[in-house]
Amino acid sequence: MSASLLSIADLGAEGIEQILRVSDSFAEVGRRSIPKVPALRGRTVVSLFAEESTRTRLSFETAAKRLSADVLTFSAGSSSVKKGESLRDTVETIAAMGVDAFVVRHPSAGAPAQLAGWVDASVVNAGDGWHEHPTQALLDCYTIRQVLAERDGLAVEDTGVGCFAGLRVAVVGDVAHSRVARSGVLALAALGARVTLVAPGSLLPPSLEGWPIAGVSHDLDAVLPDLDVCYLLRIQTERGAGSHLPSLREYTAAYGLTARRAARLPGHALVMHPGPINRGVEIAAEVADLPRSLVLRQVANGVAVRMAVLYLLLAGDSQGDMLKETVSG
Amino acid sequence: MADQVLLIRGGTVVDETGERPGDVLVTGGRITAVGAGLEVPAGATVLDASDCLVAPGLVDLHTHLRQPGQEEAETVETGARAAALGGYTAVVAMPNTDPPIDSAAVASQVLELGRGAVCQVAVAGAITVGRAGARLAPLGELAALGVRLFTDDGAGVQDSGLMRRAFEYAGGLGVTLAQHCEDNSLACGGHMHEGEWSSRLGVPGIPAAAEEVMVARDIALVRLTGAPVHFLHLSTSGSVALVAAARAEGLPVTAEVAPHHLSLTHAELAGYDPLFKVNPPLRTAGDVEALRQGCRAGVVDAVATDHAPHPQEAKDAPLDQAPPGLLGLQTAWPVTLAALTDVGMTPAGVLALLSWQPARIAGLHPDQGGEQGGPVVAGAAANLCVLDPGATWTVEPDRLASLSRNTPWAGRTLTGAVRHTVYRGEPVVTDGEARR
Amino acid sequence: MAERERRLTPPRGGVFVPRVQVLSPEDVVRALTRIAHEIAERNRGLEDIVLVGLQTGGVPLAFRIGQILEEMSGGAAVPVGMLDVAFYRDDIGIRPVLPEAVTDIPRDLAGMIVVLVDDVLFTGRTIRAALNALADYGRCQAVQLAVMVDRGHRELPIRPDFVGKNLPTRFDEQVDVSLDGVVLGDVVPR
Repeated sequence: MSASLLSIADLGAEGIEQILRVSDSFAEVGRRSIPKVPALRGRTVVSLFAEESTRTRLSFETAAKRLSADVLTFSAGSSSVKKGESLRDTVETIAAMGVDAFVVRHPSAGAPAQLAGWVDASVVNAGDGWHEHPTQALLDCYTIRQVLAERDGLAVEDTGVGCFAGLRVAVVGDVAHSRVARSGVLALAALGARVTLVAPGSLLPPSLEGWPIAGVSHDLDAVLPDLDVCYLLRIQTERGAGSHLPSLREYTAAYGLTARRAARLPGHALVMHPGPINRGVEIAAEVADLPRSLVLRQVANGVAVRMAVLYLLLAGDSQGDMLKETVSG
Repeated sequence: MADQVLLIRGGTVVDETGERPGDVLVTGGRITAVGAGLEVPAGATVLDASDCLVAPGLVDLHTHLRQPGQEEAETVETGARAAALGGYTAVVAMPNTDPPIDSAAVASQVLELGRGAVCQVAVAGAITVGRAGARLAPLGELAALGVRLFTDDGAGVQDSGLMRRAFEYAGGLGVTLAQHCEDNSLACGGHMHEGEWSSRLGVPGIPAAAEEVMVARDIALVRLTGAPVHFLHLSTSGSVALVAAARAEGLPVTAEVAPHHLSLTHAELAGYDPLFKVNPPLRTAGDVEALRQGCRAGVVDAVATDHAPHPQEAKDAPLDQAPPGLLGLQTAWPVTLAALTDVGMTPAGVLALLSWQPARIAGLHPDQGGEQGGPVVAGAAANLCVLDPGATWTVEPDRLASLSRNTPWAGRTLTGAVRHTVYRGEPVVTDGEARR
Repeated sequence: MAERERRLTPPRGGVFVPRVQVLSPEDVVRALTRIAHEIAERNRGLEDIVLVGLQTGGVPLAFRIGQILEEMSGGAAVPVGMLDVAFYRDDIGIRPVLPEAVTDIPRDLAGMIVVLVDDVLFTGRTIRAALNALADYGRCQAVQLAVMVDRGHRELPIRPDFVGKNLPTRFDEQVDVSLDGVVLGDVVPR
């Protein structure tokens, strides 16, 4: 079994730091007139999306192509899964074509982990159910680090991850059903941030045992003045979060970032959102520009971070991937 | 076969009357002598029982034989063979087949298939038509065929009013209703125990309360109607406490637990392996301990396998798409023995939970006119198992008798093996191998 | 670059044990000054020159040459860049190749004369990778190569234009180059 990125928990602080550092180099590649390097020439990357996500899929495919890998796209619509073939059969068939990595998005938590046990190729979790979305967390960390570096007048590559130590972050909203939250909390906490979950009880996971958080709050107004980063999660109405709330209106009243609430944030605080934003729900239309100003950076950084992940997983030697080496070293 | 002469020699006889060293002579399907140093009659087959317990055959209250409808997963024939290899001489076939056992026709079909099997196959009937929870199945018609247990297993009867009527009706028939306790509105969409691991893994969970709510409701209905209830595969400490309280109150409540709930926790799901997906789900270490203590204290009456075969391809799926259930018949004895000796129970105490107590719940005990689980004495039906509590073996899924391979114990080494099984005087398993 | 190659050679790197000091710090500065003069002479001035140091060993040398050229020309700055060729190497997949630092090319290279600067010229594979990388920044007028030490053992048809010192070595030796001098030694397993 090759090296895989299934969970932020597999990386540890050193692994995350290494990915961010290598991402700096790929961010530079992205700024060139020819934003492409031959690093993964001859490697094949399959993007297997059993759940549609155009943004994430394009980001991964762009990353793979900029590394000169060959990219095969397999989406749920064209899938033989619909013909009754099991996921395992499908994946083993694709793997037999000679594949170096699977980038997997699946509505079932754990599907990428299972897949990693079935094939020899590397597997990158591109989002599985409510479980994790590791590259989203990595690109969010990259973006935070970039903004903090600029604020200090530094180039991002001259900044370590020290900027995360003690960083006060609130993750607001539907934590229970959010893979972004699970990965984000693990990544931020590993880097030393103090993460507070802010949500109504019905949108919190049933147990927070083992979660590396500083606390839980049901009062966004009280938390806002002490934040460096306010991370708003998307309300997953499509995943049944709606029934966990009396109404979206009531949610917005208590947990939406209105203009009045935004004014309670310290001037330096970042407002982030993984997108796409339910305007008027997680955030009021008049302050939606706060996270939107970061959206394009997040998109650009997403490509660089995913290049780093693919490169680190696939460019190592037969003795193991470079990620593991860093972690164990 | 029935006129075959067997001498089971050199073991320790264990039954509900106690234990003693002794040889057991079987002739014509019956036990004809029990005692130390019996002579080997001419032409007798000698079964070595040294270092072994010679006990009434085990009785499984909870077996999914999958026939009719899912013969690729298991059949009566293969399931019975797995049972015999696990030391069982009787199993109760659950009614969630396709079609379900909710009519005399289907019940007769399964009973008929069971007549040629290597252990006794009793059936449980459905409580409601199609196990749909809407109207009562023909309990009387099924009871007339000898069905003693009724359950919609696979699901609980959600409608409290309907369940009340079922209790009232069953009480008059002298049969027992067995409940799969799971409140669907609490369990909805869950695939594992709701708690630390489900929260971390991002998997929808089934809270302990989903089971306990229905246990509590049914206890209230037993109090209301006076009819007995048997609780299937209880999995939480709260359920054990509810049963203990009902028992103290004198209510006719019995309960079973499954070997896997006595030994595995939800942490097994950390790798999302659907082999560990089962309903009720594997719960916390605290629940495991409470179930063990419940067994020791006598609150739990039986250990039942919930043997639930599924074909490989069904389990080669994402956790939330794979069906719940795991194989249990061939591993029940060693798994239960290990779990319960851990809390200080003796092998005899463990056998009570695996043999004579479940035999009584199933209505198969000699006291009830049956021939399972009774004392090992001359004149009794020769349904016996010879168990080696000290032998170790490694579980190889491909060597199991079941048509399916979904054992959570694959590759693990267990202590406690079945050496011989004698069903109606026939040695159906000798030295751990099925004879037919 | 040769140093990095060695450092990452299985079994997972080693420790450099110095044996002979080949050049003193003064020798190094003298060599760099000579190289600077040769660059200016060969190109008839500094008009279109861009110095590009290879990460990591070539970078301080490139900056030092840039400084010398600036002094020579009476203050006219020569652009100096840094290039990391990790993503262009042909040993990706054979050994772990991590970028050491972010590439920083100060200007469009189209039409410029790029002088690549590295510490040690060995097999030539790093230079091959660097030539490929440079191509992605625009079509240069010419590319020249300056190295502090040419230790031989070329595996590709590549030769330096400017050399600080030709130093015959055994294949398994190690050359350590810095502004503090040039040292010949061995790598022993960690």
